[in-house]
Amino acid sequence: MFEEIGTTEEGDLLINVGPQHPATHGVLHLVLTLNGEIIKKVEPHLGYIHRSIEKMCESLSYRQFIYVTSRMDYLSAHINNHACALIVEKGLNVEVPQRAQYIRVIMDELTRIASHELWWSAMSMDLGAFTPYFLAFREREKINEIMEETCGARLTMNYMVPGGVMAELHPDFQKRVKAFIVDFKKTLHEYQELITGNIIFQNRMKGVGYISKEDAISYGCTGPVARASGLKSDIRKIAPYDVYDKIEFDEILETDGDCFARYQVRINEMSQSIRIIEQLIDNIPEGDFQAKTKAVLKLPKGEFYQRVETARGELGVYIVSEGAAQPYRIKFRSPGFSNLSVLDHMVRGYKIGDFIAAMGTLDLVIPDIDR
Amino acid sequence: MTKEELKIKITEILSTAIIDESSEWINVSVEANEFRSFMEQIRSDKDLDLDYLFCLTCVDWKTHLTTVYHLSSTTTRHCIVVKVKLDRNNPEVETICDIWRTAELHEREVFEMFGVKFLHHPDLRLLILPDDFIGFPLRKDFEDPINMIKL
Repeated sequence: MFEEIGTTEEGDLLINVGPQHPATHGVLHLVLTLNGEIIKKVEPHLGYIHRSIEKMCESLSYRQFIYVTSRMDYLSAHINNHACALIVEKGLNVEVPQRAQYIRVIMDELTRIASHELWWSAMSMDLGAFTPYFLAFREREKINEIMEETCGARLTMNYMVPGGVMAELHPDFQKRVKAFIVDFKKTLHEYQELITGNIIFQNRMKGVGYISKEDAISYGCTGPVARASGLKSDIRKIAPYDVYDKIEFDEILETDGDCFARYQVRINEMSQSIRIIEQLIDNIPEGDFQAKTKAVLKLPKGEFYQRVETARGELGVYIVSEGAAQPYRIKFRSPGFSNLSVLDHMVRGYKIGDFIAAMGTLDLVIPDIDR
Repeated sequence: MTKEELKIKITEILSTAIIDESSEWINVSVEANEFRSFMEQIRSDKDLDLDYLFCLTCVDWKTHLTTVYHLSSTTTRHCIVVKVKLDRNNPEVETICDIWRTAELHEREVFEMFGVKFLHHPDLRLLILPDDFIGFPLRKDFEDPINMIKL
C-alpha cells in the first residue's frame, strides 16, 4: 500500500492522507492521485480499526450483542443500541411501555445534538478555526453529564435494552435537560454568528464538493449528506419507530448539494432536535421503564431488518435467525460506509484544499466504517 | 405499491422468480444467470423505480452462499429483497455497481469476507483486510488460531 507512493508514469502525484492525519478523525487511510493541485482520484484503504463486530455477534446472545454496537459509531451509541433493541422487540413482538419509548427518543435526540456539536467543532478546526472547538465541547460536556447521571457512562451508554431502557431516570434528569435547552438555544445562535456568516468560511464551503440528487441516490447517501442534495431520507419520517410518529418536527432539506448545504442541514437539525425534546420532556408518562422479557431471548426462525436514523444517517441491522439464542448472521449497514463511497466522486476535479472541507462535511466516523 | 402489486409486477418481469412473503418485505429469489438482466429491469421499470440500494450482504448457509440485496424506491418507498443462491466452492455473480454506484464498496467487502467473485467489477481488490490475508473471515468454517473471534 505504501510502496506505490510517488509519481506515476503519467506524471501524477500519489500521496497518503492518513492513517494518522488530524482531518480524518481516526485511522482512515486515503490515497490521493493529484495532477498538480487537482484531485484525480481518491482511493480508501480501510481496516485499521476493524474488529469484525459482525462475526463477534454470531457468538453473542441477543442481550449481549447490543453492547458491542456502542463501539461502532461511538458518537451515536444510544441510537445504535436503539436499533438493536428495536429489532429484538420486533422479532419477539414485545410491547414497549410508553415511558420507555419517550425516554429513548429524548436520549436519541440528545445524542444527535452532541454528535452534531462534535462534528461542528471538528470541522471548523479542520478549516482553521480553533475557537469553535472549545465552544462546542463546553456545551457537549453538559449532555455528557446528563447521560452520565442516568446511564452511568459518558460515551458508550448501553442504556437501551430489549423491552425498554436499563434503569429509571435520574431524579434531576428533567430539570437538567430543561436547563440545557435554555442554554443551548442561546449557544446555537452564537454558533451561527461565529461561523455561518463568516466570509472566509463561506468561500471555502460554497460550491465545493457538489453532489447532485441523482448521485446521492445512486451512491446510497444517507442522513444530512443526502438531505443536503434534496433527497428525503429521514427514517424518522419514512418508517417511524417508537414515538416519532406522534411528534412534530421538520425534515431539513437543502437543494444546493455542496458543503455549505450540508453544514446548514446539520445546524438546523440541532434546533429540530431541541423541538422534539421540548415536546416530550414534560410529558413523560408514568409507568414501567422496561417490559418483562424472558431471561434467554430467542428470535424465531426468519429474517429481520430494522432501520433507524442516527446522527450520520440510516443505520440498518439485518439479522438472520435460525431460532437459536444467538443470531446466525448479522449485518450492520452503517451510514459511514455508504457515505464514504461518494467521497471519490464528490472531490474529483477540486483542489486538495477543498478535499478537507468536503471530507469534513461527510462527518465520517471511522469505527462506523470499519465495524 | 402494495405487496400484491409488487408480486404481480415482479412475476411479469421474471416468471421464474420465487417470491417469499414471510418477512417484512417481499423476498425474490433469482438464478445467478438471470440476475443481471432482472436487476436492470427492476431499476429501469417506471412503476417499481427501485433506485436506492441500501444494503448488500451475503449469508453463508454452509451448503451454499446467498447474496442479499435490499432495494427501495425513493419516490414510493416500497422495499424488496433480492436473493441469489451461489455455489460455495465457486461463487460467481454479475456486478451491479454500474446500476447502483454504492455497490462498488459493498461488493468489495463481500468479496473479501465471503470470497464471492463479482464478475465485471471494475476494481475487485481487498478493501479492509491486509493484502496478504488468506481465507474468508465471515464464512462459518473460518478459524483464526491467532486472533480469536469466537467469544
